[in-house]
Amino acid sequence: MQAETALTRVGIWFLVMLAMIVIAAGTTTQGFAIQAAMVGLLALAMMFVTASRFDPLGSARGFFRMPTTPSRYDDDPIRWGAIATLFWGMAGFLVGLVIALQLAFPWLNFEPYLNFGRLRPLHTSAVIFAFGGNALIASSYYVVQRTSRTTLAFPALARFVFWGYQLFIVLAASGYLLGITQSKEYAEPEWYVDWWLTIVWVCYLLVFGGTLLKRHEPHIYVANWFYLAFIITVAMLHIVNNLDMPISLFEPKSYPLFGGVQGALVQWWYGHNAVGFFLTAGFLAMMYYFVPKQAERPIYSYRLSIIHFWSLIFLYIWAGPHHLHYTALPDWAQTLGMVFSVMLWMPSWGGMINGLMTLNGAWDKVRTDPIIRMMVAALAFYGMSTFEGPMMSVKSVNSLSHYTNWTIGHVHSGALGWNGLITFATLYYLYPRLWKRKRMYSLRMINWHFWLATLGIVFYAASMWVAGVTQGLMWREYGPDGYLVNSFVDSVAAIHPMYVLRAFGGFLYLSGAVVMVYNVWMTLAGKLRDEAPMRDAAYDPELDRPLPAIPHTAVPAE
Amino acid sequence: MANKRIDAPTGTATVGHEWDGIEELDTPLPRWWLWTFYLTILFAIGYVIAYPAIPMLHRGTVGMLGWSSRGALAKDMSAADMARQSSLERIAATDLDKLPANPDLLRQAVAGGSAAFKVNCVQCHGSGAAGSKGYPNLNDDDWLWGGDLKSIHTTLEHGIRQPGDDATRQSMMPGFEGMLDAGQMDAVAQHVLSLSRKAKPSPQGGQLFAQNCAACHGASGEGNRTLGAPRLNDAIWLYGGTKEDIVRQMIRPRMGVMPAWGGRLDPVTIKMLAAYVHSLGGGEQTPAMATVTSAEVGKVQAAPAGADTPAQTPNARK
Repeated sequence: MQAETALTRVGIWFLVMLAMIVIAAGTTTQGFAIQAAMVGLLALAMMFVTASRFDPLGSARGFFRMPTTPSRYDDDPIRWGAIATLFWGMAGFLVGLVIALQLAFPWLNFEPYLNFGRLRPLHTSAVIFAFGGNALIASSYYVVQRTSRTTLAFPALARFVFWGYQLFIVLAASGYLLGITQSKEYAEPEWYVDWWLTIVWVCYLLVFGGTLLKRHEPHIYVANWFYLAFIITVAMLHIVNNLDMPISLFEPKSYPLFGGVQGALVQWWYGHNAVGFFLTAGFLAMMYYFVPKQAERPIYSYRLSIIHFWSLIFLYIWAGPHHLHYTALPDWAQTLGMVFSVMLWMPSWGGMINGLMTLNGAWDKVRTDPIIRMMVAALAFYGMSTFEGPMMSVKSVNSLSHYTNWTIGHVHSGALGWNGLITFATLYYLYPRLWKRKRMYSLRMINWHFWLATLGIVFYAASMWVAGVTQGLMWREYGPDGYLVNSFVDSVAAIHPMYVLRAFGGFLYLSGAVVMVYNVWMTLAGKLRDEAPMRDAAYDPELDRPLPAIPHTAVPAE
Repeated sequence: MANKRIDAPTGTATVGHEWDGIEELDTPLPRWWLWTFYLTILFAIGYVIAYPAIPMLHRGTVGMLGWSSRGALAKDMSAADMARQSSLERIAATDLDKLPANPDLLRQAVAGGSAAFKVNCVQCHGSGAAGSKGYPNLNDDDWLWGGDLKSIHTTLEHGIRQPGDDATRQSMMPGFEGMLDAGQMDAVAQHVLSLSRKAKPSPQGGQLFAQNCAACHGASGEGNRTLGAPRLNDAIWLYGGTKEDIVRQMIRPRMGVMPAWGGRLDPVTIKMLAAYVHSLGGGEQTPAMATVTSAEVGKVQAAPAGADTPAQTPNARK
């Protein structure tokens, strides 16, 4: 029986390899051939792995010192997710620093594989989809099990989602470097990667939804509303924005269904809601579980969570056209994009209020608990960005800010401040619990990480604000004779010092993450740093478990 | 699990749900939050009434203010055009040669030319017009095709080596590969460098130069603007000033091109561009007569800067 299973698996891997060889031989595009060869080699490796009955995951688990005792919840894919999040985060931050330096010092562009044009989508995809996406998948697996008091539905599928998502990341990233892109911002991967992600994402929805259905709690916790909104909406956005026709199954190139200004509108409907549902709704879900857990306080307002959830979900989806102010997009669509963005201000702030005010009665922990400090800073940056966003969507502000580095500053105060810090805090919460350690190796290093990251964000955001406003003002400056005063390159030269300062901010942020990697490594190794204590949330492993089936309502979950 | 209780630190009741130890308070919506939300909705409604907003069957509503982005742009542009109208008309009506006689009009022409330069010319000549390797510096008095207003204007209008323009600046330097051997090219390069006192004279090179190069570049390397043959005795180099650079230029000559702006920009803009480039520092007086001897050209070039009014203004501005 065992041997038969192994044989079947080898056969399947062989077929995959064969298909890849056919594609590599049939294509005329070198990059596509290389990618097919990559998958083919992977299949070949898997054939050998299966055949030799070698257990790579088992030995990798040993390498990362994952607990061998069985968990009450299904924590294995979450452990892998926690490691992947940190790994891709480091890659994304590093590439971010490289492209920041490329902008300041153009000789750092190495043609063709490592030029700015190819590295930039590598950076954005690495931090949003690889770092952020893994954080979301892992934390959603963690949260949905705990708040439903049950284990993951379809455990095998849950693992497929994790590993399939990693394949998506590797295919997307290597494609950028090899020059394969459909040139849509935040949706650069070509059709075959899009199709693969669609399969993975639908499986993700099945795992998450299935787990919710078999919950042992009467109600669905607010965090899970946000996770569900994130999963469903991202599926819809991804599919609609990637409706295209491959020119051939042997070529990576495809042509989109929507063209011209309609294509632009669909792209920014997607692009803005990638921010709205990936980076806002998804991370609010993390906030709604990990902030009250770390603060050990109840959520501030149940009513606010309902109202702000539904208003956020309803309003966000219409705000995309504000990315296309003063373009060929009809005026009426621009107007709607702007007013929906303005109305979005308070629904966004509802999440910040609910997070911050959850600390009512526990504000002293901001002083004593570095993880709480990180969460509070994340919420503060969330509040700043979600005020700044509606403001920048106002057309008269946008006429100054659009196409300048102000937008870059805005995005990064949200990404580094909100998404980054809340993810770090979540990971610091997760590692000791997933690895059954008493606490992180060092709480003081978390504090160091916090300050390095915060200082980095300040350098980053401040320099980009100054650069953006400088650009905006220089571009519209008229002399007394009614002629433009500056050429474009004058404005580039003027912001060069700001580019250098921005790179320095990115360097600080990256060094904070390096401190984290060391801290996590030591935690996984089971070490505790001898240091003056700081506060941490209590953890009782006995309580961290699914509800046992209640005898008189003994309906089996499955 | 309806387990309502009063939360001690806040004095607020909980809703009674509990998930993995997380409870929720029954706090009402913050008033300021709710009212600000209502205000943004009111603002949105007002804005939607005032501006184009609702898509209808054939087109969107136009809004009560009658505003449109195209309309606003057209209004701004026509206001800007109106403000420049009289200045542009006067520049158009004034002969290029007469422009320096009217300092106020010249200043306006230079301002307009400066703006057009930033859009059309900086890509090659640089934002400070200092050029770079292969792209001439426009701030100095080294001109390939002439540095008076008329010559600059002709170069701008017809471009350099532009197919399809009969009046374009046209010339070709032959490649000397196969005509001179390596040693001879080396000698010529040394002679060329010696013209700028950058190397010791080479008698062999001088002889070869007289035979092969002087016809266009002049016996002493003074150049020939009719042919666009660069001056070789001023230590200014378009494609590099090392011996290797010069030899490379002899083997496979590079010859720059420039678009003919006559078909792309309106006549007034080209006139203003000529005034601007002329004002950068190396502008020369227009020769008085059609037939000018090279001795006279030399005199004009050697004239003190004080005699060159147009060049004064931008210098003072720097």
